[in-house]
Amino acid sequence: MSYMAKSEVIVVGGGLAGLAATMKLAELGIPVKLFSFVPVKRSHSVCAQGGINGAVNTKGEGDSPWVHFFDTVKGGDFLAHQPLCLSMCEDAPRIINLMDRMGVTFNRTNEGFIDFRRFGGTLFHRTAYAGATTGQQLLYALDEQVRRYEVEGLVEKFEFWEFLGSVLDEDGACRGITAMDLHSMEIRSFPADAVVLATGGPGLVYGRSTNSMVNNGSAAVAVYKQGAKYANGEFIQIHPTAIPGWDKHRLMSESARGEGGRVWVPKKKGDTRNPREIPEEERWYFLEEKYPRFGNLVPRDVAAKEIYHVCVDLEMGIDGENMVFLDLTHKSREELDRKLGGIMEIYEKFVGEDPREVPMRIFPAVHYSMGGLWVDYERDAEGRIVEGSPRNHMTNIPGLYAVGEVDYQYHGANRLGANSLLSCIYAGLITAPSIQTYLGGLSARAQEKPESLYAGFTQEWSTRFDEIRAMNGKINPYQLHQDLGDLMLSNVLIVRHNDRLEKTLEELDKMQALWFECGNLDGGTWANDSLRFMHHLWYMFELAKVITKGALLRNECRGAHYKPEFEISQPAGFKPDSYLRYTEKVTAPGFDGDETKLGFSPEELDYLRRFKAQNDEWLKTTIAQDRDGVPEITYEAIDTSLVPPRPRKYD
Amino acid sequence: MTEQRTIELKIKRQDSPNDPPRWEVFSVPYLPRANVITCLKQIQSNPVTKDGKETTPVVWDSNCLEEVCGACTMLVNGKVRQACSALVDQLEQPIVLEPMRKFPTVRDLVVDRSFMFESLKRVKAWIPIDGSYDLGAGPRMSERQQEIAYMLSRCMTCGCCVEACPQVNERSDFIGPAVISQVRLFNLHPTGEMNRWERLESLIDKDGISGCGGAQNCVKVCPKEIQLTESIAAMARETSKYQIRKIFHMD
Ligand SMILES: Cc1cc2nc3c(=O)[nH]c(=O)nc-3n(C[C@H](O)[C@H](O)[C@H](O)COP(=O)(O)OP(=O)(O)OC[C@H]3O[C@@H](n4cnc5c(N)ncnc54)[C@H](O)[C@@H]3O)c2cc1C
Ligand code: SF4
Ligand code: SF4
Repeated sequence: MSYMAKSEVIVVGGGLAGLAATMKLAELGIPVKLFSFVPVKRSHSVCAQGGINGAVNTKGEGDSPWVHFFDTVKGGDFLAHQPLCLSMCEDAPRIINLMDRMGVTFNRTNEGFIDFRRFGGTLFHRTAYAGATTGQQLLYALDEQVRRYEVEGLVEKFEFWEFLGSVLDEDGACRGITAMDLHSMEIRSFPADAVVLATGGPGLVYGRSTNSMVNNGSAAVAVYKQGAKYANGEFIQIHPTAIPGWDKHRLMSESARGEGGRVWVPKKKGDTRNPREIPEEERWYFLEEKYPRFGNLVPRDVAAKEIYHVCVDLEMGIDGENMVFLDLTHKSREELDRKLGGIMEIYEKFVGEDPREVPMRIFPAVHYSMGGLWVDYERDAEGRIVEGSPRNHMTNIPGLYAVGEVDYQYHGANRLGANSLLSCIYAGLITAPSIQTYLGGLSARAQEKPESLYAGFTQEWSTRFDEIRAMNGKINPYQLHQDLGDLMLSNVLIVRHNDRLEKTLEELDKMQALWFECGNLDGGTWANDSLRFMHHLWYMFELAKVITKGALLRNECRGAHYKPEFEISQPAGFKPDSYLRYTEKVTAPGFDGDETKLGFSPEELDYLRRFKAQNDEWLKTTIAQDRDGVPEITYEAIDTSLVPPRPRKYD
Repeated sequence: MTEQRTIELKIKRQDSPNDPPRWEVFSVPYLPRANVITCLKQIQSNPVTKDGKETTPVVWDSNCLEEVCGACTMLVNGKVRQACSALVDQLEQPIVLEPMRKFPTVRDLVVDRSFMFESLKRVKAWIPIDGSYDLGAGPRMSERQQEIAYMLSRCMTCGCCVEACPQVNERSDFIGPAVISQVRLFNLHPTGEMNRWERLESLIDKDGISGCGGAQNCVKVCPKEIQLTESIAAMARETSKYQIRKIFHMD
């Protein structure tokens, strides 16, 4: 125990996940050094608008943590490890209570309790929210608690610092980090007995996304290059309706379609008329035409696919650009203000046009990464998490943990709306006691490691940046980044084809080679962002290769990963539960092998067989490991012991 | 051939805290519906001034680009605001960009706002919970109370109000409107109220509540429309009440 008392932990990243971990570690009396690009209060988590899930069943709907768990696992197309999901969903109501006690300004019912609303993919009122900025409000509450520990001396912040890599000892265990002061550009190594990465998603790999500017994935790639496994990289969630921007894409809530928004493009390619002057018969309402029953209210992935098809394959986007109209102008101003006031304002603020008068322009955008650093966990006999197990959320590098969007757990092949804020906080909270146990088992402290270990890493990184500083090629790295984004957006987005993915992998190698022909744009020694950007850009190529290769090799459709070539269509009227009956029967001890006698129609049987074959082959986690710049892909089994996988019903 | 439309920007630059400031003028291709951040990105991709001189990319601070993180605050045509929601089509040209003046410049448009975060420590801007263990639900709150708290709680520590306040200057250490407003937020909360005296105490000295001269500039520039002057008035009343109580040892 004496070791533990003197131990120190480093947390990198101060979004919801990093702050939750920091708060809990400090509460356990473990001193924390907290590193972040931006002051933690400005982390990307502030962007979340919708809310946080917890099955409280306050409206008599029969909701429960188990149902929430089932929705989470099913939403993720059964690719998530179930024990973590179960424990998270069981803890969710407690987490919301905790955030409430910390002063989060959740919306209230008449009686003064927290109000819950319905949110994407569920029938239950399960989502707590604070106005239109739930993520911001949750983040502030955690930021405030961490500030309190800062005053008490348990937390020391290093804001405007960048994590460059971990310090690994001779046994390959993580013993600290190397980081750079973003103002003085000083590079320094810090000892720590355990390190937590909470560095968020990698949206910038796609150039523009709904993510914030800190979300470049560089921290995850740094440790991937040091041997950490990166899992399920190919699972990238797309939001169907975002406002395309030159700087970033901004979310346009789905309620715009819910309240009667109509999606269309001009029938004439390249029609440059003012949209309001285009007569009704010259507009193509392609969702309404193709899906007469659901019309504009088709599910997220269908909407995204169709919009993408119209713009990219048919080249019928507005003004030849990747955009379609989302039109609310047929509604009265009064109704729009009453029902969609917040959205109307966001659009006006960032586009400068009044959506009550002019149809909005929208396009799908990269939104969330289900994949991330591989992390472990320990389960008990009932399928729950063993609290305080040192394995929970540890990467394959001993002493290096990962939490939040940067890890790959909980969301499988697709994330349920309002589940990410939950998983971030949950992971942060459970990882602290796990680290406590890990520290208790250590036989030597980082402080006792030779100074030369740290000096070595500092030297290595200094050399790396000196090399980048000296680069004097002709290519502008920011332009190369745009090319990378364009390549990924055109080929590794919603609809994926093997021939194109293969070409993209080759193209990525060629493009990455161009990196060496980039020039350092800034010789300055103070707050030199361009220098850092060159470094990030190299890493973005590394991650793009992981995503693309994972997508190329996975020959199936699952969650956000859609390959038409491998689509197996469900027979009409198919009931997902018949798959459970089917698997039960064909695996029963006395089964004679004749499937035709099981009582399924021939079409049904055909589908069931193909679905089972697909699951037998592909229901597994993709693992990428770096082999000198080439991702090596292997697969790993998933714990699906609590609810058996089955087809999802697509309607 | 039609000439390509361009946007002209005049940017105040400074290489480090110790270097002298200078101005540079840029001309970037016009893009429909662009904001100031887009122009800065265009300069990154082609860091050349209007008269063809190669220079370094302009450095600025930003993160969410949705006006919720507060990072990209700067002076745009003399007005303090977030660059992400400053739309080019609505700005007069040349678009003049400068770092905020009330905070030390780090480089170009980046300033050091740690004063505000330090002030949040001074006023104990948090709810003092008894640990993160499962102690059940938080206190109940009326919808009306929630609305006020939410309005106050949207403060993103951007510093616009501090920049606009005439009482924040070289000769004073006035804590500024945002942090006073945060005291109101935490003192409103049923749990936060239990140690409201401590927060009021921290506002009493001359850098605290009495630093406000009532100029009302702050409330005009707050992008989140936080009723700062209302907060300041409320906290002024509370601190005087508190001081009277102190004199009579009522606590
Ligand atoms: C527009 C939008 C809306 C969303 N809405 C919802 C919603 O309603 N509900 C929901 O559940 N989820 C939502 N999500 C998803 C959710 O917001 C994110 O997944 C979540 O906030 C991620 O939090 P995090 O703690 O993992 O990291 P982040 O909040 O992304 O923070 C990352 C932190 O790491 C730091 N960092 C990164 N790299 C480094 C480095 N190399 N060195 C130092 N520091 C580094 C950053 O400074 C930052 O502090 C939304 C996402 C978006 C984009
Ligand atoms: S009202 Fe007070 S705080 Fe606001 S600008 Fe004026 S002097 Fe500053
Ligand atoms: S009160 Fe308003 S202007 Fe002041 S820091 Fe907060 S958000 Fe910015």
